[in-house]
Amino acid sequence: MANGSAGETVILRDNKGFLAVEWSLTKLRKAFKVSVVIASLLIFWELAPRIGLVNITFFPPLTEVLSAWWQLLISGDLAEHTSASLLRSAGGFLLAIVISIPLGLAIGWWKSVSEYLNPLLELMRNTAALAILPVFILLLGLGETSKIAIVLYACFFPLLLNTISGVQNVDPLLIKSARSMGLSSVRLFYKVIIPAALPTMFVGIRQAGASSILVLVAAEMVGAQSGLGYLIQYAQFNFQIPNMYAGIISISVIGLIINYLLVGLEKRLTRWKQTHSE
Amino acid sequence: MTAKISIQHVQKSFRIQRNLGHIKENSQPVSALRDINLDVKQGEFMVIVGPSGCGKSTLLDLLAGLTKPNSGQILLDGKAITGPNLDRGIVFQQYALFPWKTTLANVEFGLEAKGIGRKERREIAQQYIALVGLAGFENRYPHELSGGMKQRVAIARSLAYDPEVLLMDEPFAALDAQTRETLQSELLRIWEATKKTIIFITHGIEEAVYLGQRVAVMTSRPGRIKQVIDIPFESRRSEEDLRANPDFVKLRHEIWDLLKDEVSRAQEQEKTKTLSSFPSGNSSLKEVANDG
Repeated sequence: MANGSAGETVILRDNKGFLAVEWSLTKLRKAFKVSVVIASLLIFWELAPRIGLVNITFFPPLTEVLSAWWQLLISGDLAEHTSASLLRSAGGFLLAIVISIPLGLAIGWWKSVSEYLNPLLELMRNTAALAILPVFILLLGLGETSKIAIVLYACFFPLLLNTISGVQNVDPLLIKSARSMGLSSVRLFYKVIIPAALPTMFVGIRQAGASSILVLVAAEMVGAQSGLGYLIQYAQFNFQIPNMYAGIISISVIGLIINYLLVGLEKRLTRWKQTHSE
Repeated sequence: MTAKISIQHVQKSFRIQRNLGHIKENSQPVSALRDINLDVKQGEFMVIVGPSGCGKSTLLDLLAGLTKPNSGQILLDGKAITGPNLDRGIVFQQYALFPWKTTLANVEFGLEAKGIGRKERREIAQQYIALVGLAGFENRYPHELSGGMKQRVAIARSLAYDPEVLLMDEPFAALDAQTRETLQSELLRIWEATKKTIIFITHGIEEAVYLGQRVAVMTSRPGRIKQVIDIPFESRRSEEDLRANPDFVKLRHEIWDLLKDEVSRAQEQEKTKTLSSFPSGNSSLKEVANDG
């Protein structure tokens, strides 16, 4: 088998120049596939209001939105609202990680605990986070605490449930194998259970990352003096329509960046996994 | 000569609870092993062969210390086995490699558990990776290896922490026929190089005769040792095609004779079990491979 793979590398080296050309071509084709739909959408956004397909007051062309965004950026408003939002969602998200991952590991490990807690978790998971936002505002006021709390709540369940299922679905053979080497329970947990559960835990981390932004924006629309959700809502109330769209674009770009970062982190930590994308 | 491993009057039974949806039956304890007695000498290659479901794997779990017998005891060097320990290494049919660890890290795993320092650990691991013929594959992850290579890694992992006894639970059953034959002769080479005591469990008769110095034939459930047969070939590896040797064929036939009734009884057991768990009659009978 060693000979076979050595032969392959030799062939690869021979065709290097040719492969480089082909590689850049496939890369170009891929870039086209990825961007063509979004690019056409943006062009449509620019043209549709200008040729009167939609009402220009409610749907300003892209360039106008972008210049409004630029104005917000240089005035410092955008930075202020963005950092307010990011602090809240990062705070809630990190708190949720600190609380729910250890809790999930414990629940997943002790079967009897999960049997007791499952009905409650199922009930709470299926209660939309925003439905209990009024409760948080009642109890915690309109300040930062209630916003961080709602993000925490929204991130908590995807993290917790995925951690539990990650721990419960560790291949029993791996546990048996580690046990046969005389590993203590603590070491078994640290050396086998956690690494084996990590990919599933990351599914939860990504879901939580997405919902931390989602829920926060809604919470900021209801009661806040800063944040991107507030910016969007405020701009709409004051009929600064380009500003509203600028806020929306900012939100989606932030969401994209967060997801990208989390996917990158996941790839780094679960490098050993088979990639099916090829 | 005292025995390396001495299995004395071992009994094991299970209480199986079957959940058929509406009926929840509390079945009676099923006896898996009944009065097992077997001595394995230092450095011996002992093969245990039996029909499927005869309790071979249960016996291996007992040897590993993962479960405890209901009565009787198993002695290793005269001391009773009380739990899992690094003095016994196990190789499983499904490799049981840690997918997040490279070949090297997998082999180092047991050494780490043994408390050996990082540098020495690496040296020992590399030595055993070379022994199983995987030098150059140290940094591959298990999913990058073929089944046969994975099983080589598993063997290296179990040998690296230098156990007294190597326990192998149908290690080659999941491999294709050619890989299996290669690994069988590789295993003999490794056995001769390391002089380990090996207890090898299989349902393949040919594999048993080819590998074992002695072959213990088990009965269908509840498993007992029916007979222990000596395989008197001297150096197995020098002989070109041992499998064509008339003595080999004779021994294979002898074991098949011992096993024949047990296999058909095991198949009957399987059938009644399957039928009773699907009372409506749509029984999906699992074929029991008889191998040889």
